[in-house]
This record gives sequence, C-alpha cells and structure tokens, in this order.
Amino acid sequence: MRGRFLLRKERLGEALRSFQAKGYAVFLPYLEGETVLFLPYDGRREPFLEWPSTLPPKSILFPQSETLFYFHRTKKDGKVRVELEEVAPSQQILIFGSRPCDAKGFSTFDKVFVGDHPKDPYYMERRLKTTIFSLTCPFPTPSCFCLSVGLEPDGKEGSDIIATQIDEGLYVEILTEKGERLMEGINLEDGASFEGEVQMRIERTKRLIRRPFDPKDRIQVGIFEQEEFWKEAVSKCISCGLCTYLCPTCYCFNITDEAALDRGERIRSWDSCMFYHYTLEASGHNPRPTKFDRFKNRVGHKFLFFPERYEGSISCTGCGRCVRFCPVSVDIAEIVRRLKEAR
Amino acid sequence: MIERIREIAGKILRDANIFIGYERGFDAIHATPLFVRKEEDLKRLIWDPTCVHNLASYLPYMKERCGVLVKGCDSRAIVQYLQEGLIKREDVVIVGVPCRGVVDVKAVMRKTGYRPILNASFRNGRLVLRTDEAEKELVMEEALQGKCRRCLYPTPLLYDHLVSESILSDKDPDSVYADILELEGRTCEDRLSFWKRELSRCIRCYACRNACPMCICRDSCIAETREPKWVTQRSNLQEKFMFHMIHALHLAGRCVECGECERACPMEIPLLTIRRKVNLEMKRLFDYEAGIRPDERPPMYTFKVEEESIRDPEI
Repeated sequence: MRGRFLLRKERLGEALRSFQAKGYAVFLPYLEGETVLFLPYDGRREPFLEWPSTLPPKSILFPQSETLFYFHRTKKDGKVRVELEEVAPSQQILIFGSRPCDAKGFSTFDKVFVGDHPKDPYYMERRLKTTIFSLTCPFPTPSCFCLSVGLEPDGKEGSDIIATQIDEGLYVEILTEKGERLMEGINLEDGASFEGEVQMRIERTKRLIRRPFDPKDRIQVGIFEQEEFWKEAVSKCISCGLCTYLCPTCYCFNITDEAALDRGERIRSWDSCMFYHYTLEASGHNPRPTKFDRFKNRVGHKFLFFPERYEGSISCTGCGRCVRFCPVSVDIAEIVRRLKEAR
Repeated sequence: MIERIREIAGKILRDANIFIGYERGFDAIHATPLFVRKEEDLKRLIWDPTCVHNLASYLPYMKERCGVLVKGCDSRAIVQYLQEGLIKREDVVIVGVPCRGVVDVKAVMRKTGYRPILNASFRNGRLVLRTDEAEKELVMEEALQGKCRRCLYPTPLLYDHLVSESILSDKDPDSVYADILELEGRTCEDRLSFWKRELSRCIRCYACRNACPMCICRDSCIAETREPKWVTQRSNLQEKFMFHMIHALHLAGRCVECGECERACPMEIPLLTIRRKVNLEMKRLFDYEAGIRPDERPPMYTFKVEEESIRDPEI
C-alpha cells in the first residue's frame, strides 16, 4: 500500500492508539516545561508539533546511558566466580513526529553501528525494530541550514513514513515495508489531490532556510589545518558538551563499570569530543588538550573524516540545535562556510 | 554608546593584545562574544540588550593582558575573582557598561515560535521582532531575563572606564529573594517533586558548569573524574541531583548570580533558583554577598573559631 494518503486530523489519536495496540512503544514530542521532548505516548495527549523538539529523538535508540550487561560476583568454596547477565531485548518502537533532519541523523548512526564492522548489537537490535514516522518541516528555525548539507525539508532518508501537516490532517507517504506494516488497518483516505498544496508548503519552507554554503563546495584543508583560524573562530567556545548532546548525529560514547560491593553493571553513556577527558589517555597524555583542537576535530569529523570514510556522507543534518542553544552562539555553519570559501 | 566602547577598546588595544566584547550572532536576536585582536575588527563590536554573556568568565583562562566589557552583574565575577586570587588586577582592563537589562533569548525564540527572526529592534521600552510571518512586539520588561528584573547592580562595581553615566537600581533589596522565600514556604514533598521534575530533564552536558564564571575546576570537575568517583555515568535522577548539588554547594558564598548557568541550560532547568537559595543562606549565616568588595574574604575561604550565627552542636 505504498502511495499518498490523507490521515484526517480527528483520526490521529485513534491511529496512535492503534499503533500502541499493535505492540509498538510509541514515542512522540511532548511539551515538558519549556522544552519539547520525545516521550512515551500516554494514550490520550496529542503530540506537540508547534516547535521543533529541543532534543532529537536519538536517545530512544541510543540512550544517554544504557546497561550492556550486569555482573555479579560470588564466592563459593574459596573460588570466585563472576556471572554475567544479559539485558532484556527491546520491543517494537515507533518514533512519531521526528523532522527529516532527525531521521537523517539515524542514518548516520546506521552507517557506524550497523553498516560497519564490528556491528553494535545494542543499537542494531533497537534500530531494526524501529519504525520512523517523520513530519516534513513546516518552517525552519532561525539557525537551520539543512539545504547546505544536502538535505531538504521533506528529505526521506532514514524515515519509513513521511507526512506533511495540512489543514485537513496529515498527508502521508508510505516509504518502506516497515511503514506499510505500521499503517495496515489504519483509516486512510486517498491523498493524491493534496499533492500540489504539499509541494507549495515545502517550497515555502525552503525559501526561509538560510544557505551559508553549498554542499558541493569542499573544505580547504590548508586553512582547516591553520591554528590561527581556530583561535579566531572559537576563542569564545566554553567547551561544554551541549552541541554534541543535542546533535542528532553525534554518537560518541564512554564505557564504564558502575559497581557497588559485588554487583554492578557495565554501562555505555554519551560522551562528548568537546570534553577534555574524552581524549585523555591513561599515560596522562592528551592529544587534544585545548578547546581549539577539540572544536577542529568536531568540524573535521562531521565535514571531512566522516564523508571520507562513508561515501561522501556529511554527519551533520543542519538541524541547527547546536547553534541556537549554544551558550555563546558559536555557529558551525558560519565556520564551515569560511573553511569552504577560503582560498 | 557603541562609538564610545569602540574608542575605549581601540585605546586598550595599544597596550593589550585582546579586547573581549560582543558582535552580532547568527540572527538579529543573538549576540556572540568577540575577541578583538586587530584594530579593523573594532567596527564589529556591538552593544544592545542581546549582549547577554558574562564575558568576565574568560578571564581566568587568558594567558595575556586583556580588556573586557562588563555589565553590572558580570563585574561581580571580576570582584570575586580578585577575592579568590584567580586573576591579577593589573592583567585586566575593565570597561564597565551600565545596563538596563538583557533579553531572555530562549524565551524570545519560544515567543516567536522558533521561526526565523529577520529583524529585531529596541525602541521606547519595547522589543519589536519581525519573523517571516508577522511582527511581534514585546514590552521590554517581559523580554528581560529574570535576573534583570531584580537587578541591584545595573552599574559595574569595578571598572577602569565607564562608557556612560551610572544607573541606580530601582529595586527594593529586601524583595529580591521573594521567590526563594515563597519556595521555602512550600512543603518538603512539594519542593522535592518540583526539583525531581526539573532536574530529571538534565542531560549533563555541563553547559551550566562551563558557562559559570566561578566554576573554575572545569577539566578536573568531580562530576567526571573516576578517582575520586562521586558521581557515576548513569543517566538517572539520583546522579543528576548529585551533580547539581555538588555544583550548587561549591558555589556557596561564591555565586555572583549572573545567571549564566540558567541561560546556558538547553533544558530550561531553573538553576539560578538553587544558587540563590544557597546565597540566601550565606546571607543569613555570614551576612555576606559574593562579588561586592574586592578586599573581602569569601566566608568559605576562612573560618572563625566561633561563628555568631552558627550554633555549636551541644555535646
């Protein structure tokens, strides 16, 4: 049942409830205080779609901290044994209401954790069981720049279903088999007649997005390697991890054992290349001791090294969160523009 | 006023290598810190109510003599640095700018629905914002940060140059902690559930810590070290609570209430409220307010054998 459909506004709640009834753990954006977060559907409240979410939905598939396994030490007849215990497998997940930039973020994760070697069983298990129902972008935020990284407000990469909000409800396009399975039995109408209107909305969004640089332009490695450039560009950086924790593509992590007495768990938790400890080696040597080294690496990873390794794919989706929430308004798009323009 | 700032900054650059001020950020409502190293960059300097950052925060990390632009609240961080010996007075040229309040930028983004802001102007006590779809007017009082609405020190307390005439605060010093008193009046369960909810949103990005002028441990912060290990890497309420209590208690008698923690927080946690509660306790116990007089000693940096307002436990 691929094609274009209309899901009427008044039937959205019913659809969400039937997704839940099919066994999906449904996550959607809710207003929580002054922030918008992807939270479990409570069975009645409609999603909050007026603002883009403060955090991308990445933590649903890549939790801020997750247990890899539990360990337990026993002592019997003078012998010490360590028993390990697996974590329970995940159930089917539905992420509803992500924007295309957030869905594209998962395709960055997929390249690293699923498409590369070794594969990451924890992420992969959840990813394979996840269906992503994205909404096209109704308007950009002040800091968005997706067009510059080759993404569009109706970009389909990473999504199983993509829908556009129109007055009547949602104009739904089913893109994958997973999407078909999700929508089976959902009350849909033919949506072909809304196609023109949807196109108009997308074009309007596009016109509002800033375009600091072109995806085809290359970063000039000469200036990228200049210490002076980074001193000038990011002296103001305070070296916190906000940009990386709000990023839909940042996937770096730390692994620690958290134990008390003879029990504990090995956990994986978010880490940030902006932190001094991130590259601190056991010897005490730190190859990236300054914030300039670290920021350079962050830009390099997203716009140089990642594309080099993964067939030209940029690991930035232009969602603009790192820019609009940065405590000192460091604008990565402006930095990349300067790196690309320099001769 | 900006001409005056540029002129003073230009003079400072003759015998210092850097002047730290503000320039326009990525849109009309965002300013961003500017490190001026060359005379030709002086024209990039701006001054208006979008200049929110506490630029004094950079001072302990500067390796050379520099000039810095500070508002009243920011100047208290410099005073506190001097009290704690974190900077040398002769290493910094302080340019004070009397301030009538700065904008709560995240609140403005919410009020304009996160749409692109094409233009922002400040006139007659109003902030006029133009987005792609409409023009929106906010009364300045509503657009300001909470700290500005109770500001007692609009004019810097310490400076080498003052760019305009001093402004006196019109706030009643006895009323500035009214919201803290209200919170103290609530039941313990009520307060606990309030803070549980607020702190559960923390993502431990440490923006609050790194934006804080007084958080000078940075790379050696106990929230991240494994030895000693006081906080685990688990992302649960208990650990988040622990981190924020460590942060707040290390600021007892040191927090100058510049509000950078709260401004930096992407999760909108009312962090300044925690610090102001601790400050109120410091005021009650030691009659001390951080960052006011350079020659004072912070109470936690010293002790008396017998404190007047702390009763010894009876043995």
